[in-house]
Amino acid sequence: MDLVGLLALGFAAGMAGGLLGVGGGVLFVPALVVFAHESQLEAVATSLVAITLVAAVGAWRQAGYGNLRVRDGVLIGVVSPLGVLAGVVLANAVPERALELSFAAVQLGFAWQLAGNAGLR
Amino acid sequence: MRLAAIATAAGAFSGLFGVGGGTIIVPLLVLWLGYGHREATGTSLAAIAVIGALAAAAHALYGNVDLWNGLLIAAPAIAGVLAGTALQQRISERAVAAAFVVLLLASAAVLVL
Repeated sequence: MDLVGLLALGFAAGMAGGLLGVGGGVLFVPALVVFAHESQLEAVATSLVAITLVAAVGAWRQAGYGNLRVRDGVLIGVVSPLGVLAGVVLANAVPERALELSFAAVQLGFAWQLAGNAGLR
Repeated sequence: MRLAAIATAAGAFSGLFGVGGGTIIVPLLVLWLGYGHREATGTSLAAIAVIGALAAAAHALYGNVDLWNGLLIAAPAIAGVLAGTALQQRISERAVAAAFVVLLLASAAVLVL
Protein backbone atom coordinates (compact mmCIF):
# COMPACT_ATOMS: atom_id res chain seq x y z
CA MET A 1 0.00 0.00 0.00
CA ASP A 2 1.18 3.49 -0.88
CA LEU A 3 0.10 5.47 2.16
CA VAL A 4 1.31 8.86 0.93
CA GLY A 5 -0.63 8.56 -2.33
CA LEU A 6 -3.76 7.48 -0.48
CA LEU A 7 -3.56 10.38 1.99
CA ALA A 8 -2.81 12.97 -0.73
CA LEU A 9 -5.66 11.96 -3.03
CA GLY A 10 -7.98 11.60 -0.02
CA PHE A 11 -7.26 15.21 0.96
CA ALA A 12 -7.78 16.41 -2.63
CA ALA A 13 -11.09 14.54 -2.86
CA GLY A 14 -12.32 16.11 0.39
CA MET A 15 -11.23 19.56 -0.76
CA ALA A 16 -13.13 19.16 -4.05
CA GLY A 17 -16.13 17.89 -2.12
CA GLY A 18 -16.23 20.89 0.20
CA LEU A 19 -15.66 23.41 -2.55
CA LEU A 20 -17.96 21.92 -5.21
CA GLY A 21 -20.59 19.87 -3.37
CA VAL A 22 -19.61 16.53 -4.88
CA GLY A 23 -18.80 13.30 -3.03
CA GLY A 24 -15.25 12.88 -4.33
CA GLY A 25 -15.77 9.37 -5.70
CA VAL A 26 -14.05 10.44 -8.92
CA LEU A 27 -10.78 10.62 -6.93
CA PHE A 28 -11.44 8.06 -4.17
CA VAL A 29 -12.07 5.15 -6.54
CA PRO A 30 -8.85 5.40 -8.60
CA ALA A 31 -6.87 6.13 -5.40
CA LEU A 32 -8.10 2.88 -3.82
CA VAL A 33 -7.41 0.90 -7.02
CA VAL A 34 -3.89 2.27 -7.55
CA PHE A 35 -2.62 2.81 -4.00
CA ALA A 36 -4.53 0.17 -1.97
CA HIS A 37 -4.70 -2.45 -4.78
CA GLU A 38 -8.46 -2.94 -4.50
CA SER A 39 -10.53 -4.26 -7.42
CA GLN A 40 -12.80 -1.75 -9.18
CA LEU A 41 -15.88 -3.17 -7.41
CA GLU A 42 -14.23 -3.15 -3.97
CA ALA A 43 -12.95 0.39 -4.58
CA VAL A 44 -16.45 1.65 -5.47
CA ALA A 45 -17.87 -0.03 -2.34
CA THR A 46 -15.06 1.18 -0.05
CA SER A 47 -15.15 4.72 -1.47
CA LEU A 48 -18.78 5.01 -0.31
CA VAL A 49 -17.60 4.91 3.33
CA ALA A 50 -15.36 7.92 2.67
CA ILE A 51 -17.98 9.69 0.50
CA THR A 52 -20.62 9.34 3.25
CA LEU A 53 -18.31 10.72 5.96
CA VAL A 54 -17.04 13.58 3.80
CA ALA A 55 -20.55 14.56 2.68
CA ALA A 56 -21.91 14.40 6.25
CA VAL A 57 -19.09 16.57 7.65
CA GLY A 58 -19.34 18.96 4.68
CA ALA A 59 -23.13 19.29 5.05
CA TRP A 60 -22.69 19.94 8.78
CA ARG A 61 -20.16 22.73 8.11
CA GLN A 62 -22.34 24.24 5.37
CA ALA A 63 -25.28 24.24 7.82
CA GLY A 64 -23.11 26.31 10.14
CA TYR A 65 -22.40 28.75 7.29
CA GLY A 66 -26.14 28.98 6.52
CA ASN A 67 -25.85 27.19 3.16
CA LEU A 68 -27.94 24.08 3.77
CA ARG A 69 -31.63 23.41 3.07
CA VAL A 70 -31.90 20.22 5.09
CA ARG A 71 -35.39 19.20 3.98
CA ASP A 72 -34.56 19.42 0.25
CA GLY A 73 -31.26 17.60 0.68
CA VAL A 74 -32.69 14.70 2.66
CA LEU A 75 -35.64 14.39 0.27
CA ILE A 76 -33.29 14.12 -2.74
CA GLY A 77 -31.23 11.52 -0.87
CA VAL A 78 -34.20 9.38 0.14
CA VAL A 79 -35.88 9.40 -3.31
CA SER A 80 -32.69 8.79 -5.33
CA PRO A 81 -32.64 4.95 -4.99
CA LEU A 82 -35.61 4.90 -7.41
CA GLY A 83 -33.35 6.57 -9.94
CA VAL A 84 -30.59 4.04 -9.26
CA LEU A 85 -33.00 1.27 -10.31
CA ALA A 86 -33.88 3.18 -13.48
CA GLY A 87 -30.16 3.68 -14.19
CA VAL A 88 -29.37 -0.03 -13.80
CA VAL A 89 -32.22 -0.97 -16.17
CA LEU A 90 -31.00 1.64 -18.68
CA ALA A 91 -27.38 0.47 -18.38
CA ASN A 92 -28.46 -3.01 -19.48
CA ALA A 93 -30.63 -1.77 -22.35
CA VAL A 94 -28.45 0.88 -24.00
CA PRO A 95 -24.85 0.52 -25.32
CA GLU A 96 -22.29 1.86 -22.83
CA ARG A 97 -20.68 4.23 -25.34
CA ALA A 98 -24.04 5.85 -26.11
CA LEU A 99 -24.65 6.38 -22.36
CA GLU A 100 -21.20 7.91 -21.85
CA LEU A 101 -21.66 10.30 -24.76
CA SER A 102 -25.16 11.34 -23.62
CA PHE A 103 -23.99 11.97 -20.05
CA ALA A 104 -21.07 14.01 -21.38
CA ALA A 105 -23.54 16.03 -23.52
CA VAL A 106 -25.75 16.63 -20.45
CA GLN A 107 -22.73 17.88 -18.50
CA LEU A 108 -21.65 20.19 -21.33
CA GLY A 109 -25.21 21.56 -21.45
CA PHE A 110 -25.12 22.22 -17.70
CA ALA A 111 -21.70 23.88 -17.99
CA TRP A 112 -23.03 26.20 -20.72
CA GLN A 113 -26.17 27.14 -18.75
CA LEU A 114 -24.36 27.60 -15.42
CA ALA A 115 -21.77 29.81 -17.12
CA GLY A 116 -24.60 31.94 -18.52
CA ASN A 117 -26.40 31.97 -15.18
CA ALA A 118 -23.31 33.26 -13.36
CA GLY A 119 -22.52 35.84 -16.04
CA LEU A 120 -19.35 34.02 -17.11
CA ARG A 121 -20.13 34.16 -20.82
CA MET B 1 -41.95 17.42 -7.77
CA ARG B 2 -38.79 19.02 -9.12
CA LEU B 3 -36.87 17.69 -6.10
CA ALA B 4 -38.11 14.18 -6.91
CA ALA B 5 -36.98 14.63 -10.53
CA ILE B 6 -33.55 15.81 -9.40
CA ALA B 7 -33.32 12.82 -7.05
CA THR B 8 -34.26 10.36 -9.80
CA ALA B 9 -31.77 11.86 -12.27
CA ALA B 10 -28.98 11.85 -9.67
CA GLY B 11 -29.74 8.25 -8.71
CA ALA B 12 -29.90 7.14 -12.34
CA PHE B 13 -26.49 8.58 -13.15
CA SER B 14 -25.04 7.00 -10.00
CA GLY B 15 -26.47 3.65 -11.08
CA LEU B 16 -25.06 4.11 -14.59
CA PHE B 17 -21.58 5.40 -13.89
CA GLY B 18 -20.94 4.41 -10.29
CA VAL B 19 -20.09 7.92 -9.16
CA GLY B 20 -22.29 10.14 -7.01
CA GLY B 21 -24.86 12.53 -8.35
CA GLY B 22 -23.14 15.75 -7.32
CA THR B 23 -22.57 16.88 -10.91
CA ILE B 24 -26.33 16.48 -11.50
CA ILE B 25 -27.71 17.76 -8.18
CA VAL B 26 -25.79 21.05 -8.00
CA PRO B 27 -26.64 22.31 -11.55
CA LEU B 28 -30.32 21.34 -11.23
CA LEU B 29 -30.70 23.05 -7.85
CA VAL B 30 -29.23 26.22 -9.36
CA LEU B 31 -31.02 26.12 -12.73
CA TRP B 32 -34.44 24.78 -11.68
CA LEU B 33 -34.87 25.96 -8.11
CA GLY B 34 -32.88 29.19 -8.16
CA TYR B 35 -30.40 28.12 -5.48
CA GLY B 36 -27.22 30.13 -4.95
CA HIS B 37 -24.07 28.13 -5.69
CA ARG B 38 -23.03 27.87 -2.04
CA GLU B 39 -26.50 26.69 -1.01
CA ALA B 40 -26.59 24.20 -3.89
CA THR B 41 -23.26 22.63 -2.90
CA GLY B 42 -24.24 22.48 0.80
CA THR B 43 -27.60 20.88 0.06
CA SER B 44 -26.01 18.50 -2.46
CA LEU B 45 -23.65 17.26 0.28
CA ALA B 46 -26.60 16.45 2.55
CA ALA B 47 -28.23 14.46 -0.26
CA ILE B 48 -24.97 12.63 -1.01
CA ALA B 49 -24.54 11.72 2.68
CA VAL B 50 -27.92 9.95 2.57
CA ILE B 51 -27.29 8.33 -0.85
CA GLY B 52 -23.78 7.25 0.19
CA ALA B 53 -24.95 5.69 3.47
CA LEU B 54 -27.68 3.69 1.69
CA ALA B 55 -25.30 2.52 -1.04
CA ALA B 56 -22.50 1.69 1.42
CA ALA B 57 -24.92 -0.43 3.46
CA ALA B 58 -26.02 -2.31 0.32
CA HIS B 59 -22.39 -2.97 -0.74
CA ALA B 60 -21.51 -4.03 2.84
CA LEU B 61 -24.19 -6.76 2.66
CA TYR B 62 -22.22 -8.27 -0.23
CA GLY B 63 -18.97 -7.98 1.75
CA ASN B 64 -17.25 -5.64 -0.71
CA VAL B 65 -16.52 -2.81 1.74
CA ASP B 66 -13.01 -2.62 3.23
CA LEU B 67 -13.90 -0.53 6.28
CA TRP B 68 -10.28 0.02 7.33
CA ASN B 69 -9.24 1.37 3.91
CA GLY B 70 -12.41 3.46 3.82
CA LEU B 71 -11.61 5.10 7.14
CA LEU B 72 -7.94 5.48 6.18
CA ILE B 73 -8.76 7.51 3.07
CA ALA B 74 -11.65 9.32 4.81
CA ALA B 75 -9.34 10.80 7.48
CA PRO B 76 -7.40 13.16 5.15
CA ALA B 77 -10.59 13.70 3.15
CA ILE B 78 -12.38 15.05 6.23
CA ALA B 79 -9.51 17.49 6.73
CA GLY B 80 -9.92 18.38 3.04
CA VAL B 81 -13.64 19.00 3.25
CA LEU B 82 -13.20 21.26 6.30
CA ALA B 83 -10.63 23.27 4.32
CA GLY B 84 -12.77 23.22 1.16
CA THR B 85 -15.96 24.47 2.83
CA ALA B 86 -14.00 27.17 4.71
CA LEU B 87 -12.28 28.29 1.49
CA GLN B 88 -15.63 28.37 -0.34
CA GLN B 89 -16.95 31.00 2.11
CA ARG B 90 -14.04 33.29 1.23
CA ILE B 91 -14.46 33.29 -2.56
CA SER B 92 -17.31 34.82 -4.60
CA GLU B 93 -20.38 32.86 -5.78
CA ARG B 94 -19.10 33.57 -9.29
CA ALA B 95 -15.80 31.86 -8.53
CA VAL B 96 -17.64 28.83 -7.10
CA ALA B 97 -19.73 28.71 -10.29
CA ALA B 98 -16.61 28.98 -12.46
CA ALA B 99 -14.89 26.13 -10.57
CA PHE B 100 -17.99 24.00 -11.01
CA VAL B 101 -18.08 24.69 -14.76
CA VAL B 102 -14.45 23.51 -14.97
CA LEU B 103 -15.38 20.33 -13.07
CA LEU B 104 -18.24 19.63 -15.53
CA LEU B 105 -15.98 20.17 -18.55
CA ALA B 106 -13.30 17.87 -17.10
CA SER B 107 -15.87 15.20 -16.24
CA ALA B 108 -17.38 15.34 -19.75
CA ALA B 109 -13.90 15.06 -21.27
CA VAL B 110 -13.10 11.97 -19.17
CA LEU B 111 -16.36 10.33 -20.30
CA VAL B 112 -15.69 10.97 -23.98
CA LEU B 113 -12.01 9.92 -23.95
